[in-house]
Amino acid sequence: MASEVARHLLFQSHMAAKTAGMPSQLPDSEQNQKKDNTRSLTMSGHVGFESLPDQLVNRSIQQGFCFNILCVGETGIGKSTLIDTLFNTNFEDHESSHFYPHVRLKAQTYELQESNVRLKLTIVNTVGFGDQINKEESYQPIVDYIDAQFEAYLQEELKIKRSLFNYHDSRIHVCLYFISPTGHSLKTLDLLTMKSLDSKVNIIPVIAKADAISKTELQKFKIKLMSELVSNGVQIYQFPTDDETIAKINASMNGHLPFAVVGSMDEVKVGNKMVKARQYPWGIVQVENENHCDFVKLREMLLCTNMEDLRDQTHTRHYELYRRCKLEELGFTDVGPEHEPLSLQETYEAKRHEFYGERQRKEEEMKQTFVQRVKEKEAMLKEAERELQAKFEHLKRVHQEERMKLEEKRRLLEEEIIAFSKKKATSEIHQNQSFMVPGSSLRKDKDRKKSY
Amino acid sequence: MSKGLPETRTDAAMSELVPEPRPKPAVPMKPVSINSNLLGYIGIDTIIEQMRKKTMKTGFDFNIMVVGQSGLGKSTLVNTLFKSQVSRKASSWNREEKIPKTVEIKAIGHVIEEGGVKMKLTVIDTPGFGDQINNENCWEPIEKYINEQYEKFLKEEVNIARKKRIPDTRVHCCLYFISPTGHSLRPLDLEFMKHLSKVVNIIPVIAKADTMTLEEKSEFKQRVRKELEVNGIEFYPQKEFDEDLEDKTENDKIRQESMPFAVVGSDKEYQVNGKRVLGRKTPWGIIEVENLNHCEFALLRDFVIRTHLQDLKEVTHNIHYETYRAKRLNDNGGLPPGEGLLGTVLPPVPATPCPTAE
Repeated sequence: MASEVARHLLFQSHMAAKTAGMPSQLPDSEQNQKKDNTRSLTMSGHVGFESLPDQLVNRSIQQGFCFNILCVGETGIGKSTLIDTLFNTNFEDHESSHFYPHVRLKAQTYELQESNVRLKLTIVNTVGFGDQINKEESYQPIVDYIDAQFEAYLQEELKIKRSLFNYHDSRIHVCLYFISPTGHSLKTLDLLTMKSLDSKVNIIPVIAKADAISKTELQKFKIKLMSELVSNGVQIYQFPTDDETIAKINASMNGHLPFAVVGSMDEVKVGNKMVKARQYPWGIVQVENENHCDFVKLREMLLCTNMEDLRDQTHTRHYELYRRCKLEELGFTDVGPEHEPLSLQETYEAKRHEFYGERQRKEEEMKQTFVQRVKEKEAMLKEAERELQAKFEHLKRVHQEERMKLEEKRRLLEEEIIAFSKKKATSEIHQNQSFMVPGSSLRKDKDRKKSY
Repeated sequence: MSKGLPETRTDAAMSELVPEPRPKPAVPMKPVSINSNLLGYIGIDTIIEQMRKKTMKTGFDFNIMVVGQSGLGKSTLVNTLFKSQVSRKASSWNREEKIPKTVEIKAIGHVIEEGGVKMKLTVIDTPGFGDQINNENCWEPIEKYINEQYEKFLKEEVNIARKKRIPDTRVHCCLYFISPTGHSLRPLDLEFMKHLSKVVNIIPVIAKADTMTLEEKSEFKQRVRKELEVNGIEFYPQKEFDEDLEDKTENDKIRQESMPFAVVGSDKEYQVNGKRVLGRKTPWGIIEVENLNHCEFALLRDFVIRTHLQDLKEVTHNIHYETYRAKRLNDNGGLPPGEGLLGTVLPPVPATPCPTAE
């Protein structure tokens, strides 16, 4: 938000400088002359460099021209129809729905040719503007779009290997803002949107569907609109009045702003000609009749008289402002802390050093933490290993002990068995000896033996 | 800084499933041409007039440098070209005045006006070129001067708060004067042109052409052209910058037939056949400067001023200056070619496809 304020202030000071600089043009140039040691010469014959503007113009004709128009207005207000009528062609477009959840911008480029002039015309439409229930975010996509075009140009300009001379310029040269013909005043949305766009693009407000207002109401409406714009500090595009040939007409046109327009591609027979008009039961509204609406004025101003100035203003004022703000945002300045002039190069170098230093430091930090973690892990693992070893030893010992015990027991058992068998043997011998005399006992013995 | 790269990436992925919160508008790269022509006159061709008016108001800058040994008629030629006392001739100095030890660069600016067109003409003279006994590296001060002008322009362009119109002091055209020996180019000529044809538009001119007969002249020109070609010296108009067939055929004709222009300069007028013409008076006749039978001055003038002046400026701006800038930015930051000057500092452009030259 602070940058927005800064941008506005810069813009205003720019405007002030421009208007202040104009009347003192002549003495300025003389001063400049003295400064860089130049003198005026008169030539004694025809040299031929008056063809220079022609050479320049031929070059531009070869390359073709670019012109980009942004139309901002509610859905159904007549944007596409007006563009069709302005350029006298049927650009393909369908009617948009009213139910888009967000505002989108749709851009289409067309190539037009008139005599030997090739024009690359880009029309950008806002889709869904003013349709949402909550309109808070409505104007932001528009601002973003305009900024994105400036950004693309800036990026190209800052490249090392750049090709600006055949760059397709997509920056918006003029914004036609469509105002609803309510007859009362500007809507809040209109004010907000125009305020956020006025330092980025040339705004030309138009009253759309002007056939809904009567002449007297229209006059009042126009005055109300202009006063509202002025009191809210909205800077709309003023047609330039510094060139004598067009100063008068431009000045008078400035007084007719905002233009009340009617658009139509339908042709109706009036008198013995077919003209573009809208037919109503109560009459025919002719588009190109200056008594009916300001369409012709808009076309004159936009295309025939000031197209070049619109392009020029976009490049030298709006784009420069954007560039300056953008670079300052990033911390580049022309003047250092002790007010010595800084070059972009030096600032960049300094930043780069800073950046690399930062990166180095981060790397070191990461290395350290990594080493630390590794050590810890190692220690943990060693600990675990030791524990396991201890357990193993313990188990081994226990096992050994038990084994020995068992051995002992076994030995004892074996001894007992031996003793027992010995006893058995001796007892048998004894028995055999005692039972030798009685014969029946012999049989008992034999039976006993058999039973063994 | 606002948006980082990861955010935009997920946005682009999400857009196919869910309407994105901040939709990114796309500008299509190839324009769609309409099938039907315009149904009537609108008036967009008035942009030509608008542009012309604008350029006449802002005026033009033109900087021309003349290089050659002293006594070859450089100042006279420039005076004849612009029909006024643009440079003060050095013929006034006598031998007692010291010959400058190194090449000096003298730039004098003039404002001339014709037909409502204002031009700020700067003539850059190089006294001392090729005049010493040892002329090694005598082109270095000239090369340094040319690069200094590019540097000045670059500094202005790179400023944050830029001037509305950056003063253009870059050398748009360098006329190199070849001595009319009739034999071939001198080693100094070749060395100079070899070094400087890469940084500035060089137009070789054969000076004092009234010392050669017609046959000698055409033979000399052919030999000079051959030598330049053999040594790989690209003089203006350079072959590689011809844009379309029309340019190519036109420039080929100039390159192969007329250049280098054999010129004679004069600022004195004489009466010939009832007309006052610029010329040189000799016992055997008056050499008319603007007579195509006598010398090719008129061709040079038309070439430089009437047809190719804007092109000279454009080649200087779009090619020589850009080459200098690219080299300078590369050397300074060690950045790989193609990356932006602030490649590491500026956040990348959010998903709008940047139209690049096809």
